[in-house]
Amino acid sequence: MSRWVPIAAAVLVAAAAIWFAGSGAGRPDTLEERAQVVAAGLRCPVCQNLSVADSPSRLAGEMRGEIRARLADGETEDEVRAYFVERYGEWVLLEPTRRGLNLVPWLFPLVAVLVGVGVWAFVIRRRPPTGEEEPTEADRPRVAAELAGLEDVP
Amino acid sequence: MVVAAVVLPIVAFALLLATGLGRDPRSVPSELVGEPAPTFDLPRLGEEGSVDLAALRGQVVVVNFWASWCLACRDEHPALDEAWRRYRDRGVVVVGVDFEDTEEAALAYVSEMGGDWPLVTDPGSRTAIAYGVFGVPETFVIAPDGTIAAKTIGAVTYAWLTEHIDAALRSGEGR
Repeated sequence: MSRWVPIAAAVLVAAAAIWFAGSGAGRPDTLEERAQVVAAGLRCPVCQNLSVADSPSRLAGEMRGEIRARLADGETEDEVRAYFVERYGEWVLLEPTRRGLNLVPWLFPLVAVLVGVGVWAFVIRRRPPTGEEEPTEADRPRVAAELAGLEDVP
Repeated sequence: MVVAAVVLPIVAFALLLATGLGRDPRSVPSELVGEPAPTFDLPRLGEEGSVDLAALRGQVVVVNFWASWCLACRDEHPALDEAWRRYRDRGVVVVGVDFEDTEEAALAYVSEMGGDWPLVTDPGSRTAIAYGVFGVPETFVIAPDGTIAAKTIGAVTYAWLTEHIDAALRSGEGR
């Protein structure tokens, strides 16, 4: 019974973490923080693999200005992101939206685990015993004789 | 059976890589072709006044993003100049939007390269962002109905300009 205790503890910790993440604690509040979050998710068009938040380029700075101006005008973070996607395409999002074919990287590991469990359950568990068992008392003399014979081999 | 279990995933993975790696990771299809052109009303470079795209509705407009520091812009300059001189009497307007530049450098470039089509500055690059500009040069052809008819990245050629300007002019006649 006691072996369930660590599992129950792990489940509790995970549930608490999910609740905390979803409760809004630590969410950005100020305009600058919200702009920073949007900028961190957008790809800088004139850089190689840098976000708009991280890039020191002039265009990235101006894109941060555009983000701030749009948030200050009352647009939501999603509306600002949509503005950039309309102009630069899905390319501009550092994390593609989770729908359609984009779901493959997220679902593939889950599918792989399920297939693995299936293989284990239907193939490995049903394999007949291989016969590698402890020798019975009746076998002892023969085992001893065989082992003695092995030692004679150079 | 075992061979198939090993070979099939490898073949599938190789096919996945082949399709993905065969694409150019830098080629970005434009989202804007066929969409209404973002409006702008931008100050003229080095002179009074502004160019208001809304006032040019009904005309074919070539919007060219350029910069004085951009080498490909030097390559395309003669093509723009030739297209501007050929089509200006037919109501086609070329507008050069200066991108990430200083007014001083831009004016020096213009006096060196020539060309008398309207040039504007883009404070804060807001218009460049609205057009989804990645870098210069980029050129858009806007049809008389105000939608973006074509876009090209890199030095524009005279052949590309005539093809898309002619098509945009025809689309205006059919209305």
